[in-house]
Amino acid sequence: MQSVARIIAQRLGLGLVTLFFVSVIIFAAVNMLPGDFAQAILGQGATPEAVEAIRRDLGLDKPPITRYFDWLGGVLQGDFGTSFAAANFRSFTGAETGSGLGSVAAQVAPRFENTLFLAGVTAAIAVPFSLILGVLAALFRNSIFDRAANIGTLTSISSPEFFLAYILILFLAVLNPMLPSLSNIYADMSFGERLERTLLPALTLTLVVTAHMMRMTRAAIINLLASPYIEMARLKGISPLRVIVKHALPNALAPIINVIALNLAYLITGVVVVEVVFVYPGIGQLFVDSVKIRDIPVVQACCLIFAAAYILLNLLADILSILSNPRLRHPK
Amino acid sequence: MPIDFSRRGVLKAGAAAGVLAASGLPVRAQAKRGGRLRVGLSGANSSDSWDARTHSDIFMQASGHGAVFDNLTEVAADGSLVGELAESWEATPDAKVWTFNLRRGVTFHNGKAFGADDVIESMQLHVAEGSKSAAKPIIAAVQEMKKLGDYQVQFTLDSGNADFAYLMSDYHLLIYPAGQIEEAIANGIGTGLYRAQTFEPGVRMVATRVDDHYKDGQAGWFDELEFIAINDNTARMNALLTGQVDAISRVDFKTESLLRASPTVQIQEVTGNQHFTFPMLTNVAPFDDVNVRKALKYAINRQEMVDKILLGHGRVANDTPIGPANQYFADDLEQLSYDPDRAKFHLKEAGLDSLDIDLSASEAAFQGAVDAAQLYQASAKAAGININVVQEPADGYWSNVWLKKPWCACYWSGRATEDWMFSSAYEEGVPWNDTQWGREDSDRFQNLLLEARAELDSDKRREMYTEMQQILRDDGGVVIPMFANWVQAVNNKVQTPETIGNLWQMDNARMAERWWFA
Repeated sequence: MQSVARIIAQRLGLGLVTLFFVSVIIFAAVNMLPGDFAQAILGQGATPEAVEAIRRDLGLDKPPITRYFDWLGGVLQGDFGTSFAAANFRSFTGAETGSGLGSVAAQVAPRFENTLFLAGVTAAIAVPFSLILGVLAALFRNSIFDRAANIGTLTSISSPEFFLAYILILFLAVLNPMLPSLSNIYADMSFGERLERTLLPALTLTLVVTAHMMRMTRAAIINLLASPYIEMARLKGISPLRVIVKHALPNALAPIINVIALNLAYLITGVVVVEVVFVYPGIGQLFVDSVKIRDIPVVQACCLIFAAAYILLNLLADILSILSNPRLRHPK
Repeated sequence: MPIDFSRRGVLKAGAAAGVLAASGLPVRAQAKRGGRLRVGLSGANSSDSWDARTHSDIFMQASGHGAVFDNLTEVAADGSLVGELAESWEATPDAKVWTFNLRRGVTFHNGKAFGADDVIESMQLHVAEGSKSAAKPIIAAVQEMKKLGDYQVQFTLDSGNADFAYLMSDYHLLIYPAGQIEEAIANGIGTGLYRAQTFEPGVRMVATRVDDHYKDGQAGWFDELEFIAINDNTARMNALLTGQVDAISRVDFKTESLLRASPTVQIQEVTGNQHFTFPMLTNVAPFDDVNVRKALKYAINRQEMVDKILLGHGRVANDTPIGPANQYFADDLEQLSYDPDRAKFHLKEAGLDSLDIDLSASEAAFQGAVDAAQLYQASAKAAGININVVQEPADGYWSNVWLKKPWCACYWSGRATEDWMFSSAYEEGVPWNDTQWGREDSDRFQNLLLEARAELDSDKRREMYTEMQQILRDDGGVVIPMFANWVQAVNNKVQTPETIGNLWQMDNARMAERWWFA
């Protein structure tokens, strides 16, 4: 087990280094966006003096390197800074509390929570569903069932998300009003109500992510079915399902886990279209809003969270693959 | 959208105010109390707050001056001006000194009594150091604010302004409790019919009816409000169709007919002052030549634009920003028509056989702006004018293109009063004068602007404003092809008065006050 701990520590370290490079890229990219916050917030009223005043208030007139290290220093202490919208608001009212917008962290946290909830609900449906579908497709490979499952999932992954969303809304909300088409969830909602509202977006996302996971499960299992030890098991006379679940699946876990991790990361970072269609208050909408008004601290925080989600989930996938496969624990 | 919507000043509806396509609207029934009104509204941002100086779109207009807060005056649905927190007002004959008599016995949601101090302190917010309020010019023109008594305030203006009482209905000029303004902005404490319960910027606003209000029996029929931010057109429509909201703002013209087909939904459509424009910088060649401008005015097919860009949801305009919701709208002024021969004639007058010019457009200017520019290109070709449509990025359009490129697409929501509109964009030297229209273009126009502002006699004002509209039509530096309608929708449960306000979407953003459940 000691080696596992070492591997985890090693991977975590590498993750941190990656995150550092990502932070540099994020900062550079965000600062290369054309236009700036002062102009965006002032719109048609952007006189040079007003723009200058806002830029000075927000520290945008400092050189980029200084700003980067200020920001990085803050982030390391868990302080993502103050959103420009809030800072700008304070500068013109003199009020500390006025805007209802707090620090970036306070703005992002509830949205991120919602996103995690949606990703969680989706994962709870999609992961078991695609694993079972994948196992069954491998079991009955080349049958009608296998083909139908393949065609179905490939069709759904090939359609744009908003299209799937509208189809589901049409059938489950308009024609048969079973689920609400608006998924606006609030902090003071009961869990059941939240779940009900989240179901339609979760189903949409399930359709989007199933194909990838299901096909990887199927392929990884079928790949193993030609191995001598599977033949051995078959010769022992155990049932095909048992061969797959007991003998093939454990050895196929590593690639499957990787694909699941990738899809989970997608569920956290890439669902803005679904959020917009269902009016779900997730982090994606906040991100797009902030890009629109060039609220750099919020954009940076969101990017960093997205990057961290990818890195952490991949790390988790690596660790789980290693645990599931003793050979990987002892690299030659 | 990066645009500053503050130009959408409250418009004043004149005699022409009214409901188009009123078919299916209920006739005035007895309004009754009760129910929770859920409205899906566009124009919400995560940077929204209760600070009215930052309000710019329908979500905060409806939450602020339409529900939780009050103004001194209010524009009724038929366009007349009525008192809100002011009971009555009077002006000196030169329209320089305005005295407002305030309503007694009004309390804020936190129990504080309303009085003259609240008015003065709330107005001063807009001229505070560093204030970026869109209503700053209104208050900056006030020389002195005086408290004459607990319930009387007097404003002395720099120069006469006959519309001052109208300006007090602007949705930026909300009344906050004096001494507690920070708290009021943090929590939404006003004198309005509804008390703010939950406000999540860019997500939703929930409010409950206050028990005892001075508008009891006249307005405020719902027990509860829920405004839900739905910026996506399709999501808004779905929410209405599936019964999750009772009303929505901004129906997409393209899908309006589908919505109309639903038996549970009613569409409301009103013509206001919102107009789409093609301003040219009159100090840049070739637009400095009035004949070139005239040629361009005759080279556009206005009716085609209304049909194809607005899909019929609007009316042709006459190159003036004064619309059907304005009091002195010159409806009888001869309409400019599409006339390539006449355009050619004016081109000749300018000493040109043909003309090659760039027209900058982007969807940021208005929905369909690029298509509109292409239609213009096609219609102008017949007159020997070659328009090169430059598609600009929507991002930064207002900072990099508008006011900078010699000819571009733009939109204005219009203003409550003629003077306000003209002094926002047509007075010499004002920052938003997007045609650089000044004295060297028309001395007469600038003189009339100042004269009409201080004139209280309505007939004389009508004369002056008509002449100004004529000058703009004939010589102005702007092509205004169309006024766009406000289109919104409600379900069968919602009842509305016969007349729907046309200054703003959603019954002047006051649906929470004026509508009720059947």
